[in-house]
Amino acid sequence: MKPAPFDYARPNTLAEALSFMTAEDAKPIAGGQSLIPLLALRMTAPKLLVDISRIAELKGVEFDSGYIKLGALTRWCDVLKNRKLAVQHPLLVEAIGHTAHYQIRNRGTVGGSCSHADPSAEMPAVAVACEAQFEIKSLRGTRIVPADEFFVSVLTTAIEADELLVSIRLPAWPPARRYAFQEFSRRTGDFAMAGCIVFWDDEDGRCANPHVGVFGVADTPLRIRDVERVLLNRPITTNVIAEATSALREAVIPQDDLHAPSAYRSALLGVLLERALLSASSRKREEVA
Amino acid sequence: MTDVAIALTVNGQNIKVSVEPRLTLAALLRRRLRLTGTHLGCEHGVCGACTVIVDGDAVRSCLILAVQADGVEITTVEGLAHGETLSPLQSAFKKHHALQCGFCTPGILTTMHALLSEEPDAAEERIRHVLSGNICRCTGYLPIVEAVLEAAEAYRKKAQP
Repeated sequence: MKPAPFDYARPNTLAEALSFMTAEDAKPIAGGQSLIPLLALRMTAPKLLVDISRIAELKGVEFDSGYIKLGALTRWCDVLKNRKLAVQHPLLVEAIGHTAHYQIRNRGTVGGSCSHADPSAEMPAVAVACEAQFEIKSLRGTRIVPADEFFVSVLTTAIEADELLVSIRLPAWPPARRYAFQEFSRRTGDFAMAGCIVFWDDEDGRCANPHVGVFGVADTPLRIRDVERVLLNRPITTNVIAEATSALREAVIPQDDLHAPSAYRSALLGVLLERALLSASSRKREEVA
Repeated sequence: MTDVAIALTVNGQNIKVSVEPRLTLAALLRRRLRLTGTHLGCEHGVCGACTVIVDGDAVRSCLILAVQADGVEITTVEGLAHGETLSPLQSAFKKHHALQCGFCTPGILTTMHALLSEEPDAAEERIRHVLSGNICRCTGYLPIVEAVLEAAEAYRKKAQP
């Protein structure tokens, strides 16, 4: 047995789960697709695992006029099979198509991925780019944390030891919105070496409300406002793309790691942004004036 | 640490067993139930060799704790054949030489069985995409894809009302 010993509790309600979370060194487990590798490698060794995977209150996808609410236990396969989501949030569904492998998508959850906070993961990147809100509960109460405050650092979030992530709310997505999701990984299903999200609302060929997010290049996924300022109220032209990629290279300086040096990642990120801008504007490179 | 009593169904057999919480489902199957057809490669969710079917879904048995499998229905590679008769998927693997050393084969068979049961019309592209979750270092995948495409016909027939 590779993990260090721990005790196990499987509450049936959120209230019970929250009271288990007050125990010393308790950690929640749902699909376990991020936590069990950490346990196997003994990167973490909690005293108590609280299995929240059968709590009905944490399941389901709800659609409201203002937002889409993903219960923390929503699995990747639930996202990909949800026909309403494919229409109501196509960016989310496209991004999750890149997440992990078939077998992992059958158990991994949106809440688990966000709580794990791998800087290369797709769901946290979508949450940051889309200004998602995280609903977090404990016996002390409920709080709503915006995505840019939720992700603190590598594998570190704003969730306190006695708290549970309950749901993630994505603001509603206008049907005509232009968007693109681009990532590069060496093998299908691997974590991205770099990735880029763009979306805007088209106003007579100009970018209104532009959002640009990147992931896999810093301690957390980031929203890049310097690039958004370049795009604001402008059409996608060769000049705008060049200005945007140069603003991105100045705004984000990736660290060296064993997969790629900083300069490589920076160049890759620029290429991904260019592809994303072209793809979102539904144009080929040679068509852009 | 306190052991936990669980009950589950494995290849149609009801099993009651008491397990330490840190025991993975893979270890339960291999060491306690002696179902050693499920292979353990990386033990942290990368290689796919340990894939089993839990309530119809292909999942990595190294990434589920045995205690989490309480009440579920499991099919392992041992549950695919009918006695000595190979399943259509297994026969196709034999015919197309879709295995060499055989280490990854149990995980690929269970994954593809789950996929074709749910998506009997899966196209080659979809099959290849799903196979990306199973590492095979011998075959180069081509004979595996051929075998799966041929076996899909049997699943399509089964799916017809």
